[in-house]
Amino acid sequence: MTTVAGTAPEESAPNAAARVGALVRSTEIDLRQFGMVLALIIIWIALGIANPTILQPVNFITFSVQASGIAVLATGMVLVIVSRNIDLSVGAVVGFIGMFYAEFMAHFLPENLGVPIGHPLVWIVALACGVLLGTVIGAYQGFLIAYVGIPSFVVTLSGLFLFRGLIWQLSGGTTVAPNDATFNLIGGGPQGSLGGILAWALGLVLAAAALGILWNARRTRRKYGFPLRPMWAEVLIAAVSVAVIFAGVWVANAYHWPPGLATQYAQAHGITEPPEGLQIESGIPIPLLIVVGVTIFMTFLSTRRRYGRDVFAYGGNPQAAELAGINTRWTIMKTFILMGILCAISAAIASARLNGGTLDLGTGYELYVIAAAVIGGTTFEGGVGSITGAILGALVMQSLQYGLSFLGFNSPQINMVLAVVLIVVVGLDAWNRRRAR
Amino acid sequence: MTEMATAPTAPSTSGTPLVEMRNIHVAFGGVHAVRNVTIDLHAGEVVGLVGGNGAGKSTLTKVLSGAQRADSGEIFINGSPVEITNPRDAKAQGIECIYQTLALADNLDAPANLFLGREITTRLGNLDDDQMEDATRKVMGRLNPNFTRFSTAVRSLSGGQRQAVAIARAVYFNAKILIMDEPTAALGPAETAQVRNLVRQLKAEGIGILLISHDIHDVYDLADRVSVMYHGQIVDTVNKHEVDTDDILGMIILGKKPGDVTAKDREELELRG
Repeated sequence: MTTVAGTAPEESAPNAAARVGALVRSTEIDLRQFGMVLALIIIWIALGIANPTILQPVNFITFSVQASGIAVLATGMVLVIVSRNIDLSVGAVVGFIGMFYAEFMAHFLPENLGVPIGHPLVWIVALACGVLLGTVIGAYQGFLIAYVGIPSFVVTLSGLFLFRGLIWQLSGGTTVAPNDATFNLIGGGPQGSLGGILAWALGLVLAAAALGILWNARRTRRKYGFPLRPMWAEVLIAAVSVAVIFAGVWVANAYHWPPGLATQYAQAHGITEPPEGLQIESGIPIPLLIVVGVTIFMTFLSTRRRYGRDVFAYGGNPQAAELAGINTRWTIMKTFILMGILCAISAAIASARLNGGTLDLGTGYELYVIAAAVIGGTTFEGGVGSITGAILGALVMQSLQYGLSFLGFNSPQINMVLAVVLIVVVGLDAWNRRRAR
Repeated sequence: MTEMATAPTAPSTSGTPLVEMRNIHVAFGGVHAVRNVTIDLHAGEVVGLVGGNGAGKSTLTKVLSGAQRADSGEIFINGSPVEITNPRDAKAQGIECIYQTLALADNLDAPANLFLGREITTRLGNLDDDQMEDATRKVMGRLNPNFTRFSTAVRSLSGGQRQAVAIARAVYFNAKILIMDEPTAALGPAETAQVRNLVRQLKAEGIGILLISHDIHDVYDLADRVSVMYHGQIVDTVNKHEVDTDDILGMIILGKKPGDVTAKDREELELRG
């Protein structure tokens, strides 16, 4: 990725191509991620040409909610793979914690503590217990990997069997339902969304934050007298960031509540419905909000905190990290604890969407999550990967999955398409790295 | 200041040594890698540590840098006993190490490598990358003024540039004791000369340097005293001016002091070259 940047940009560029290359490099944009954004746009244009009805707002909403469970997990899988490990248990852990939520709300709370579903605190207590459970599971697996020294492949393969088994033990082999209604808002849906006005407010906050970060970065670089990005590049990046944020809000708000639900709402709140029906803007679904929050948090953790630096240093050269005095075992264990917590969040989204726990919840997640991280540029040699890349990877994969099934392809056919995409993307990376050497 | 240092004024080896390792013993299972070795190093002195493969040089220095625990023995710094059980302890004593493998994280840039494990953070505990880059620019400006690639992963730097990053790490953190394990092994002639100059510069600043090298000429050129190891033991520690490179070579190969070498040994040495 980082080819020959760095020296004076004023080398006599013999042809236009070289000049364009230097110009692009001076923006310091990650070209690989830029390419993935382009790929995403091309996929959706192609899908739109094949069947224009796919470009309705409702499809973007459904698609992004479907992708959110995978995306949340992919952010953690990046750090796991960057530190030269793997986690095959995430699907089973999501299924287990999902079943725990359902069991906790449908049986444990009402039968053992006399707290019925619908009590205002149920959702937060359930979520807190789920996160605690994820922490314990992550600590258990992380301890075996980091301190006992069993390879992560083996530990998490064992975890896959263990937690799939525990799902049956916990539920007695049946689906468990229902969840608390407030808890189910975590899964999205018209009520589980921000609503039009709040969505715009959030968009404004995010846009202001993005501009603030860009401005602040430039200010400190000038203070230290470091080389600066050209002004036009700065403005371009700012404009694109703000445009993407507002476009997201606009698409989310373009989706309105379904007429039946809007009528119910009007009757319940004593509003007289206008003849064309009450139009309520949906706004950003809560699961998507969670993805945005998790992405920002995980990016912050991996680039601005010592923990993230330690993970990448270990991935780049475990021996160097050790010699630098980094507590590498604890770093690895923390990574698996983090993964367990993300499993709890992903399980909340999945279980809330289903209004309960099913036996096969989360099946196959581990493979999609690993694929998302790898398509997003995470390499198995360790030390290389990014959170935003993994999110883009999850979006690319889910776009193909959602789009192709919308066009009528069956899932075996879609799997074959994903197989090709995985090999092509990673093959391109390998070719690129070899060329750079 | 660099040229002044090349004058052959040997630093005083009397008085309290900067470092003294006393009766250090390290065994791996039944293999005794280091047998009751005692060695000392004074401020502003370069001690060359030489010996064949498996003589115990690296193991001995790893004890000092905290990467390997000794089974027995003591370490004194400025005359007082210290406990070094991990790399952090060693760094707290001002001991820095430049490894043969450089111990750089190839995927990170120069500032991240320089501050690895000791990052500068803001009041909130966030990494202060700008301040780290600023400090790196200043140190590298002294060591390698032409260096500009501060945000490139070190994997794409040249061998000399990577060595400069590794040395910058020791310089920035005010090393008092510097262990250099084969610092020129992977370098070309021009870069080797650059590193030798750096060693002289650091020596002139009063840093004690323990130099491990296969290259007798490297050692003979830079060191004030030379300690020769053979099968885990110190054969002898000699003042450079009292011996020549052949004497040192004899000790490395035969494990005997120059006076103990017999005519038969000499014959064998001749045969080997």
